[in-house]
Amino acid sequence: MSDVYILGVDMIKFGRFPEKSVAELGAEAAQMALADAGVSIQDIEGLWCGNLMQASNMVGQQVLQQIGQTGIPVVNCANACATGATAFRDAWLSVKAGIYDLVLAVGVEQMGKGLLGGVGGRKGIPKEGLLGSATMPAVFAEAGMEHARKYGTTFEQFAKVSVKNHHHSTLNPKAMYQIETPLETVMNAEMISYPNTKLMCSVNVDGAAAAVIASEKKAKELGMGRAVRVKASVMTSDPFTERDLVMPDVNTCTRMAAKNAFEMAGVGPEDIDLVELHDCFATAEILHYENLGLCGDGEAGRLIDDGDVALGGKTPVNVSGGLLSKGHPLGATGIANIYEVSTHLRGEADKRQVEGAKLGMTHVIGLGSACAIHILEKV
Amino acid sequence: MAEETQAAGPLPVVDFLKIPESGDPYLEGHRCKNCGAMFLGERETCAKCSARGEMEAVKLSNEGELYSFSIVYRSFPGIDTPYVSAIVDLEGGGTVKGNLVDIEPDPKNIQFGMPVEVVYRDALGRKDKDGNSYLSYFFKPRS
Repeated sequence: MSDVYILGVDMIKFGRFPEKSVAELGAEAAQMALADAGVSIQDIEGLWCGNLMQASNMVGQQVLQQIGQTGIPVVNCANACATGATAFRDAWLSVKAGIYDLVLAVGVEQMGKGLLGGVGGRKGIPKEGLLGSATMPAVFAEAGMEHARKYGTTFEQFAKVSVKNHHHSTLNPKAMYQIETPLETVMNAEMISYPNTKLMCSVNVDGAAAAVIASEKKAKELGMGRAVRVKASVMTSDPFTERDLVMPDVNTCTRMAAKNAFEMAGVGPEDIDLVELHDCFATAEILHYENLGLCGDGEAGRLIDDGDVALGGKTPVNVSGGLLSKGHPLGATGIANIYEVSTHLRGEADKRQVEGAKLGMTHVIGLGSACAIHILEKV
Repeated sequence: MAEETQAAGPLPVVDFLKIPESGDPYLEGHRCKNCGAMFLGERETCAKCSARGEMEAVKLSNEGELYSFSIVYRSFPGIDTPYVSAIVDLEGGGTVKGNLVDIEPDPKNIQFGMPVEVVYRDALGRKDKDGNSYLSYFFKPRS
């Protein structure tokens, strides 16, 4: 089977745009990605649109109503925080399978502020604060504390993740925030769910990102100059593990996906030049260093202490600023990560460029659970 | 009628909390006879090995140890904080999530692996729209 390429990819600057509709945000990113590829929506054979909060509203069709109703098939995807990556992967699958030569994936989300979810239950009384906590900061705190239990990981080490990602975001004009947050500031911020302070929680923002995906034949026809090769596209769901029912296991599905992705790409973690991984909370990022094979089990604390995962280090992680500072518009995140890695592989990341980047990895987790990993290669 | 339900005593906060007519309340697990996987709540098919009709109800232990936790300072509107959200491994199998109580919610006081006991108390005064009271389970440190 021939390779599949990203010909165009872009994202809007993440922020809060209450005056705009979801479709308008999605259309904006779609137009940017189409322009980046030098094509028009009239050339596109299919659209995969990722959006979580308005999943029943035919957002993909609404996007086409903004930019061109060409009658192409539209698939609307929802897969928690893996929504955008799922749209991208299923668009990729259609090209890989030889059905289409040029397709579009869009991820878009409009978010409120504050904690996701609420206390509403189907019956009886609210369980929040009675049977522990189902808030996301607590769920990911518990996952981080499991790592602390096994390896002695400290509050300070978790906090350093946030210091790093906020620093990275000062170099990314498309991030929600460009603010340095020193260690004391992170650790002294409002405690939300120990050990995650407010600055260790991802930012709820509005955002959109899009990618134009092409077959090798089409890519050669349109020009491979800035194309990015999709070396691996992998998804997993959560396999049964002992505590998964009460403590969502984001580790096992990530490890399975990473193993499959490295096999598909024919490379190993040591070959990866940069990673955009799912730092929905600072505690989560620490887990994924090990899950993705960036270090051995129990070494994640050392990795953050030594700066190996900072820009200029051995394998920079979340140089975009990550979900912690770039922001986390659920449906857009998976494609925004692909934009970030592609931008480095194209050598267009300006001040935050990972020098000589040839191979990069993106990773997202949708709790419940879905894991998606992509390995991208410079052409 | 609400009064009749109230007269019959509190309702269980979750289906896997059992309140027998005589005897103490307990948590009930369902274990797969084929592979040994443990679940909370009744089910027909095992999510680990997919065996059908192999589930057996088992009474879970009231003793366990703290596996992981978080201390929650900000929650949804109307929920009092702080509280300790705890993951507890019960002796003999089963992992349950709940509030760790009768302890100052400070990381210094909480140790991984600390022994805890499952206790059954009123559900913090919470009532449903019909005015029913509920019996909940909590974890408290065990010496």
